[in-house]
Amino acid sequence: MAEITSRKNIIEVKSLSVFYGQFQALKSVQLELQARKITALIGPSGCGKSTFLRTLNRMNDLIEGARTEGQVVFDGKNIYDPETDLLELRRRIGMVFQRPNPFPLSIFDNVVYGLRVHGQNDRRYMEERLFRSLQAVNLWEELKDRLEADALCLTGEQQQRLCIARVLAVGPEVILMDEPCSALDPTATARIEDLMYQLKEKYTIIIVTHNMQQAARVSDNTGYFLLGELVEFGQTNQIFTSPRDARTEDYITGRFG
Amino acid sequence: MARHKSGGDRLIRLSLLLVALSAISVLAIITIFIFEQGLPIMAKYGLKNFLLGQDWFPSEQSFGLLPMIVGSLLVTLGALVIGVPLGLASAIFLTEFSNRRLSGFLKPVIELLAGIPSVVYGFLGLMFLVPFIRKNFGGPGLSVLAASIILGIMILPTIISIAIDAIRAVPDSYREGSIALGATRWQTVRMVVLPAARSGLVAGIILGMGRAIGETMAVIMVAGNAADLPGSLLAPVRTLTSNIALEMAYASGEHRQALFATGVILFVIIMILNFLANLAARKQFRK
Ligand SMILES: Nc1ncnc2c1ncn2[C@@H]1O[C@H](COP(=O)(O)OP(=O)(O)OP(=O)(O)O)[C@@H](O)[C@H]1O
Ligand SMILES: [Mg+2]
Repeated sequence: MAEITSRKNIIEVKSLSVFYGQFQALKSVQLELQARKITALIGPSGCGKSTFLRTLNRMNDLIEGARTEGQVVFDGKNIYDPETDLLELRRRIGMVFQRPNPFPLSIFDNVVYGLRVHGQNDRRYMEERLFRSLQAVNLWEELKDRLEADALCLTGEQQQRLCIARVLAVGPEVILMDEPCSALDPTATARIEDLMYQLKEKYTIIIVTHNMQQAARVSDNTGYFLLGELVEFGQTNQIFTSPRDARTEDYITGRFG
Repeated sequence: MARHKSGGDRLIRLSLLLVALSAISVLAIITIFIFEQGLPIMAKYGLKNFLLGQDWFPSEQSFGLLPMIVGSLLVTLGALVIGVPLGLASAIFLTEFSNRRLSGFLKPVIELLAGIPSVVYGFLGLMFLVPFIRKNFGGPGLSVLAASIILGIMILPTIISIAIDAIRAVPDSYREGSIALGATRWQTVRMVVLPAARSGLVAGIILGMGRAIGETMAVIMVAGNAADLPGSLLAPVRTLTSNIALEMAYASGEHRQALFATGVILFVIIMILNFLANLAARKQFRK
């Protein structure tokens, strides 16, 4: 862990291409993701943001007909090497989805789910992780008296926080978020953004968003995708104030056709 | 215009209601008829004699149904012991561990199996299973075991096809969430998919159970039909449905009424089993 934090780039992506059958969804993407920063990925619908995000924890492996070329180097190793332990990789690189997807289980069982699948069964330890994870997403006070309640009864915002807590419980280093606020109202969105800010202390966050203001507000670095290409990548300030590429400027100023 | 439309709606609603009511009333008439025919004789000789009596000699006013009650419950239980694990395993394999093409091909084939007449199952059982049991395990071959196996196979299509629907109805977002946490496919199935599909799975099992307890022809052909309490799984057995089917043709008077009483008891047992299964499903879910 200490080794990783001392390194500036936690993930290096090298000429990464993804194909769905004949269709090329990502075209030789190249970028470096800094540890303990928030990186925002923006771009019009269908440009490959989700596809890119899912290459980082190899969730694209689940899609029939998907094929990946290139490298994603995480902690010094290419995760596309055949000897990669996928279960361990996904523990270290967690994912939060667009629609909150808590399991139809109790709140408790949701949060400790990841611990259980990784072989942890000690009740005391699980309770400790539960407490810390729920506290980290500011849900502990709200939910501590009804941990046995069905997670599907929570509000959308609570469900999304719970999903983040579920990821935190297994002790990841990187958290991938695919439009995590798109199903939430503006106040809930603002609170989740605050949460991301807090989480940045300990975790590397990569967030896909359609919301330009959100990218500008929360992220340190921003990447702009267009038709499977990473058009521009750099500090958020620079991208939003003086984009180098005309296409980025068009998109950011809303002149995108 | 709006008025016209709502008038049409009302008409459709009314006719649907009539159809539903007529279906329900047919059921009600059948139920009333069975009870009307069966209850008087039960009242006359006492419920206890019917439920707990071990001797079935209708010509001597001895109407003990216990052997048949035990027989029905035994073969149904046996069918579930065989059919449920096999059926659920097949459904899980076809939905979660095989590609779309294979399951798309196999599901209709399995559903076709449900359409094979039960006399065919009985015939195959009689030709192959019964001699096999007689040779390898002893006894007459016509037995609780033979009936359980045949029924277990007969309820497979029901259980498999309903279980497949239930498992397919579980949103993929649950699977993705689980895999993304580092779970294996099997952990995902066991810890998320099956619990999420539970009410559908239980519905499939209940329907399978209903099919098993109500099945008559195939059971008559392989069960041996002796109206005695079976001493072992290899002993012959008679079920409630077999009892009715075997004797209805020539029964008259009180004998005939006693067969209706058999129907009443079968009816009540099915009600109780359904109720218990539903209860079990709900209880597990609330935990
Ligand atoms: N499973 C799939 N099979 C085939 N093509 C796919 C699949 N998933 C995505 N695509 C295609 O790949 C391209 C990129 O999709 P992706 O979901 O990554 O876009 P996105 O930038 O996340 O879009 P959005 O903003 O709408 O979420 C799109 O053209 C899409 O149609
Ligand atoms: Mg997307």
